Amino acid sequence: MTERNVPHAELSTGPTDWKSGAMQARIARRYRRERIFQSLGLGAVVISVLFLVFLLGNIVKNGAYGFVQTSVSIDVTFSADLLGDPTSLSPEAFTEKVRKTNMLRLIQTSMQELFPEVKGRRDTRTLLRIVSTGARAQLRNMILADPALIGTTKRVELLTSDDIDQVIKGNIDISLPEANRKVKDNELSWLQTLQNDDRISLNFHSQFLTGGDSREPELAGVWGAIVGSAFTLMVTLLTAFPIGLCAAIYLEEFAPKNRFTDIIEININNLAAVPSIVFGLLGLAVFLSVMGMPRSAPIVGGLTLALLTLPTVIIASRASIAAVPPSIRDAARGLGASPMQVVFHHVIPLAMPGIMTGTIIGMARALGESAPLLMIGMVAFIVDIPGSINDAATVLPVQIYLWADSPERAFVEKTSAAIMVLLFFLIAMNGIAIWLRQKFEQKW
Amino acid sequence: MTNFTIFIVIAVMAMISFALVRQKSVAIVGGATQQLHSLPRYHGYYAAVRVFAPCLFLFLLWIIGGETVIENLVVAGLPDSVKNVSGDQISLILNRIQLAVQHGEASTTDANILAAADKYSSLYNKGLWATFSLTLAVGLLGYYLSNSRTHADYRARNSFEKTISVALAASSFLAVVVTLGIVASLIFESLRFFQQVPIQDFLFGLHWSPQTALRADQVASVGAFGSIPLFAGTFLISTLAMLVAGPIGLFAAIYLTQYANRTVRAVAKPVLEILAGVPTVVYGFFAALTVAPMLRDAGGAIGVDVASESALAAGLVMGVMIIPFVSSLSDDAITAVPSSLKDGSFALGATKAETITQVLLPAALPGVVGAFLLAISRAIGETMIVVMAAGMRPNLTANPLEAVTTVTVQIVALLTGDQEFDSPKTLSAFALGLALFVITLLLNVAALRMVRKYREAYD
Repeated sequence: MTERNVPHAELSTGPTDWKSGAMQARIARRYRRERIFQSLGLGAVVISVLFLVFLLGNIVKNGAYGFVQTSVSIDVTFSADLLGDPTSLSPEAFTEKVRKTNMLRLIQTSMQELFPEVKGRRDTRTLLRIVSTGARAQLRNMILADPALIGTTKRVELLTSDDIDQVIKGNIDISLPEANRKVKDNELSWLQTLQNDDRISLNFHSQFLTGGDSREPELAGVWGAIVGSAFTLMVTLLTAFPIGLCAAIYLEEFAPKNRFTDIIEININNLAAVPSIVFGLLGLAVFLSVMGMPRSAPIVGGLTLALLTLPTVIIASRASIAAVPPSIRDAARGLGASPMQVVFHHVIPLAMPGIMTGTIIGMARALGESAPLLMIGMVAFIVDIPGSINDAATVLPVQIYLWADSPERAFVEKTSAAIMVLLFFLIAMNGIAIWLRQKFEQKW
Repeated sequence: MTNFTIFIVIAVMAMISFALVRQKSVAIVGGATQQLHSLPRYHGYYAAVRVFAPCLFLFLLWIIGGETVIENLVVAGLPDSVKNVSGDQISLILNRIQLAVQHGEASTTDANILAAADKYSSLYNKGLWATFSLTLAVGLLGYYLSNSRTHADYRARNSFEKTISVALAASSFLAVVVTLGIVASLIFESLRFFQQVPIQDFLFGLHWSPQTALRADQVASVGAFGSIPLFAGTFLISTLAMLVAGPIGLFAAIYLTQYANRTVRAVAKPVLEILAGVPTVVYGFFAALTVAPMLRDAGGAIGVDVASESALAAGLVMGVMIIPFVSSLSDDAITAVPSSLKDGSFALGATKAETITQVLLPAALPGVVGAFLLAISRAIGETMIVVMAAGMRPNLTANPLEAVTTVTVQIVALLTGDQEFDSPKTLSAFALGLALFVITLLLNVAALRMVRKYREAYD
């Protein structure tokens, strides 16, 4: 086969001598090619698998640390002089006083007890930088929740700043010369002392899952983005599913076979392959500037993603409606059902598992989509958890994009951790889709 | 009175008329529902539709157009000294009015603005009440009509089903509307852009720097909108991606369809599907934080200077992203080749590899080419990977080790952050979007044609 240009003379010399050395060599060469070809194929598959393992392994390796955070336990004296006395003050006055007090002074007192040798403004300030800026709010909330703390001394676990956290996690190379690293020698020696006292611990960090975004890596959380994603997907589902289902029913069951239907069909197939960013441009031009909807809001994001997933939903629903055998329709027609009743009472219930599967897969795609949302302003830095579909919000993939752009080293692991959260939701959704398909799919 | 209340009232009206008309239809025949042409619930459904549909129409009209009308009325009522300014400033004034509506006197001390704000809120209230009374009247009229038409022979089911089929057709028509919307908005904004920047400068210019001066006296560049460097960057990265995805995807498809046993397929296919399901922002993060530094270190080790945001990193990772795309479409194309061709080749003594390269692939070629075209269109439109891993600086080069920028990166860069809507800088993003849309559309149409034609050949 490979040697098509066999010399003419050779062909005419009677039966081929397969045992001859030349033929044996040729067969060996052909089999060698066969083996090379097959291993190329295997190699392609192996490369894809290895890449996936590398990608996921890398993200899990980085991201695992995103769920834990270093804290330092120090003995805080809640002095009544500084904070006011809850027994003599009215509750409102006490709250007011606590709110106005700079909690840094509490931390400073405690830290200076631990490190009496640290003097001077500059060193003190560096010393206080061990503790996260979020520690103040943490202390304040503690006091407001339990005024009985006043006058006592209690060992409190406070978050450390992201730099200290990175040292503990081994992400800052402390063997570098001092000038080349963010954490200086004196900070490291204090940290060593704290570690020797067993005051440093690495704990599960629930704020990452329950908090909103922050400029400080140790305070940043994904909950705001999760809620934003949930609102956005809700809008997407509520628009894309009914419209997509109706369109699929029409095209599969009622549409006459004519040019116009052809155009709609070609159009849907092409729409499925339009780059997602173009849908973002459409959202920007139509929803924001023509209709004047609010920027950054999940309703706009949801509608944009609905347009994006509409073709997916239509194509999946059509396939699953077409899979219902005609005998079902004929039987229902024979018993006197109207065409509409045939579809809504018999075909759709039978096609539903497939439709749901297609819709969930479309929703999963929408959940991972970020480019069109950048166009409609869902990239803003938003600390508050959105409360409705009209509030400014961001979504998980965009949050990942924003954190990936942040310069702090600590955001690398936060980004990876956020990717793990996103992948968890995607795997869950696809798992449900596969489960639905296997449980309810009918073979006709 | 809020929009939400109006909507609730409409919904409740529809439900009540459903219940009442349904009851009436039963009462007409004295409970003997078999004498009715349509089941009682169809009488109810149709009544509900008659109430709900026109009310919803009015409501949507108010939601979409109401505020604009009120804003125009308020602006028209402003004193001439405030009103006679340029279009930009009118929108600024409107913003201040909106603020004043929300925060009262805390936001401004300008008496004109405050008066306008008062006018705005009173007009808005009037509008709400007008919508409310109108929908109520229309709803009651709808109910009255269906109620008076209800009789035993009334074909309520047929009428209701007709309404439903109109709704179904309208839904499928919406897909066309979306396409038209995309085309119209892109063309409209692009035309405005081409009024300010000549189209030949955009298409053939070699220099891209969209920064324009905000004020006339500012010392800044006038802006250059030559899109060639962007398309060159897009082309470079897509080529790199296809160099990775083309062979790997095709060989994976060949191996999985021709060589692999059941177990290998059971592992490899889901892996490819997972690769396809990973969000692109994850690939972007991976390209920027893992692959790019790796390439830079590797380049440093052999003495080659690799930019930290190289086209190579973005292209490689994008290639991996589209492997599953190429492989699943090629898989379909290869499996669709009739096995008689394969059997014939085996019978002539060809090895498997020879059968594949000389019989299967030529037969599947149109499908495979279609798969490649779709993959290229995917690579051209891909955004997040290049935004995160390729550079921002327009660079007309064919060297994959340098940083380049792409069409999608520039669209994102032009449209994120604060922007004025009329500057050529913003509008140029729509021109780029239009070009992107046209290119990918052509590729898709060609690919779908090819795949379809080839399917017909073997059916």
